[in-house]
Amino acid sequence: MRKKLLALLLVLTTTSALLAGCGSKEETTTTEDTSKAQEEVADEGKTEATDGSVYYLNFKPEQAEQWEGLAKKYTEQTGVEVTVVTAASGTYESTLKSEMAKTEAPTLFQVNGPVGLASWKDYCYDLKDSKLYSYLKSDDFALKGDAGEVMGIAYVIETYGIIYNKALLAKYCELPDAAVKSADEIKNFATLKAVAEGIQAHKKDLGVEGAFASTGMDSSSDWRFKTHLANLPIYYEYQQDGIGSTEAIKGTFLDNYKQIFDLYINNSTCSPNLLSSKTGEDAASEFALGEAVFYQNGTWAYGDIAGNDVADEDIGMLPIYIGVDGEENQGLCTGSENYWCVNKNASKEDIQATLDFLDWAVSSDEGRDCIANEMGFVTPFTTFTDEYLAANPLLSAANEYIAAGKTAVSWTFTTMPSENWKNGVGSALLEYAQGTGDWSAVKTAFVDGWAKEYAASK
Amino acid sequence: MEKSIKKYFPIFALPTLIAFAIGFIVPFIMGIYLSFCEFTTVTDAKFVGVKNYFRIFQDETFVHALWYTALFTIASVITINVLAFLVAMLLTKGIKGTNIFRTVFFMPNLIGGIILGYIWQLIINGILLQFDRTLTYNSAYGFAGLLILMNWQQIGYMMIIYIAGIQNIPGELIEAAKMDGANSWQILKKVTLPMVMPAITICTFLTLTNSFKLFDQNLALTAGEPSNMSEMLALNIYNTFYGRVGWEGVGQAKAVVFFILVALIALIQIRLTRTKEVQQ
Repeated sequence: MRKKLLALLLVLTTTSALLAGCGSKEETTTTEDTSKAQEEVADEGKTEATDGSVYYLNFKPEQAEQWEGLAKKYTEQTGVEVTVVTAASGTYESTLKSEMAKTEAPTLFQVNGPVGLASWKDYCYDLKDSKLYSYLKSDDFALKGDAGEVMGIAYVIETYGIIYNKALLAKYCELPDAAVKSADEIKNFATLKAVAEGIQAHKKDLGVEGAFASTGMDSSSDWRFKTHLANLPIYYEYQQDGIGSTEAIKGTFLDNYKQIFDLYINNSTCSPNLLSSKTGEDAASEFALGEAVFYQNGTWAYGDIAGNDVADEDIGMLPIYIGVDGEENQGLCTGSENYWCVNKNASKEDIQATLDFLDWAVSSDEGRDCIANEMGFVTPFTTFTDEYLAANPLLSAANEYIAAGKTAVSWTFTTMPSENWKNGVGSALLEYAQGTGDWSAVKTAFVDGWAKEYAASK
Repeated sequence: MEKSIKKYFPIFALPTLIAFAIGFIVPFIMGIYLSFCEFTTVTDAKFVGVKNYFRIFQDETFVHALWYTALFTIASVITINVLAFLVAMLLTKGIKGTNIFRTVFFMPNLIGGIILGYIWQLIINGILLQFDRTLTYNSAYGFAGLLILMNWQQIGYMMIIYIAGIQNIPGELIEAAKMDGANSWQILKKVTLPMVMPAITICTFLTLTNSFKLFDQNLALTAGEPSNMSEMLALNIYNTFYGRVGWEGVGQAKAVVFFILVALIALIQIRLTRTKEVQQ
């Protein structure tokens, strides 16, 4: 009898060890510290079920450390456990999908706009009565459900355009045959084109490799073109038709899209044949090392280019001109695709804890300081008063355009039908760039793909 | 003896059985069930019947991936096995440094697929750069690159199996053949090949299933670029499941179809090569 018991015990211990082994292996996408922290939370969650805890699945790897720091501070002050896990770049959706299936699911997650919301709306808690929502400057920054419930709240406003190197551009302006005398004169596509081609022709005199940083079509960089650049033709079409989204895009401004894309790839640091393997880091480093004058990206890129050959005061941003009438008044592209959502299926305590944490993050001194100064976010919340304004040269450039009364281009890519549509356009762009496909394939992917993807996602 | 096996069966086998059930049987059954569902997360699925299976073939990328994978499998099974056999023949002739060569050929197999993929991506891109091209310029480059990679990785492993097979051939058989006046080609064809048939069965099975299920190397080398043209089946399934909202069930259905396909091909192959095996 005793032997049998011993045997049973042995079996149990071996299997439980196995189970534990399986459990810890699941956290593959997390960094080591966070996965440890998460396990701790999982363990403690059972014993002190009365206090809620927060599990934030963060979208932005650039700010992972800051969020973890902020979470730690909050835990020190209130004793509420906050776990921050950051999905590796480009894997947010897949991480979210597998994390949400767990018992210890994220209580706070992000969607990227109406299209992202469509797949997660059954998981979104109505934030209408939350303090966070009451801080919001305008309803434009909230994602609403069909019945008007507040499902997501934007927490960062970002701006993109063509980042340029002021020093190099000034050097170009001094050339005898320069198309412009100062950067302020670049106010439409024709001038931008003349300048870019001038720089490309004089690249040896200016000591650069090309006018534009490489138009990398690797997955770490292609979103700059298949999503952000594609925003402009869509934005102008929406403007012309007076709509905010559509199930069938017409592609009225596709020729303009072609113009600007041609300009990028033909006046670049590398041959169009090599674009398929050029990464986001390649482009950022080309700009940061002064090898390229122009670099299409946004305010979030400051961290990647700061502290290199380009001094802070030499970083500026131009609107992306694509050759539309009246574009002299066009500003930079400003919007958000980061919306906070609270998991409806979490326990009541956890939901409350999450709402309290968000409230604290955007209204306490520590939270505001961290978000504005350490993360460098511009937020849509009224709590961020003048002493909590993020500052970097790209944000200042964005503010200058607003101050000058230019019309900001809104982010329409949150209405793009699916990731698959973006991928289709990206692949067609690449094939066009390297000469293995032609522009009509881009048109097909853009127009027909849009309708097809809208139909498929229903 | 019999009795004690029965008695101690749970101690030795139960942990493994439980692990097998948790790690394989349960997900497998769940996977089959999910292929008939629509869902966002796997714990929250809605039954929709066979709809997902019809949607598989609306997706042209799947059909393309199927052909691409089939083609790749044919090419890699032939090249890997022929080359591995040749190397094995060479390294059983007793030339100097045989052991060093065997080790060297076997080494690549110890490196993980993702790392191999990135290493070869660097090497091949470095060479193609001279010709103003990159690996993802055209799916033909990706195909060739993947073939080189898989050959490099797998030849050593298959070589070891072939060497074991060749060394098992009794010396007197070859001697007798020589005495009967057989030339080396005849010996190879009539003696060596039939005698190593079990090794050929194993090696073709391994290369066949490996090539069909190839995932990490494909992901690291080209990630399916350009335009999903170098995307193989496993990667296609992964991309459908994680990359397309509302298509999770379709990805799961593809995985079931994929499983049936691989099982079918492997069974046919084993049956075919088994009939060629001879008794010693």
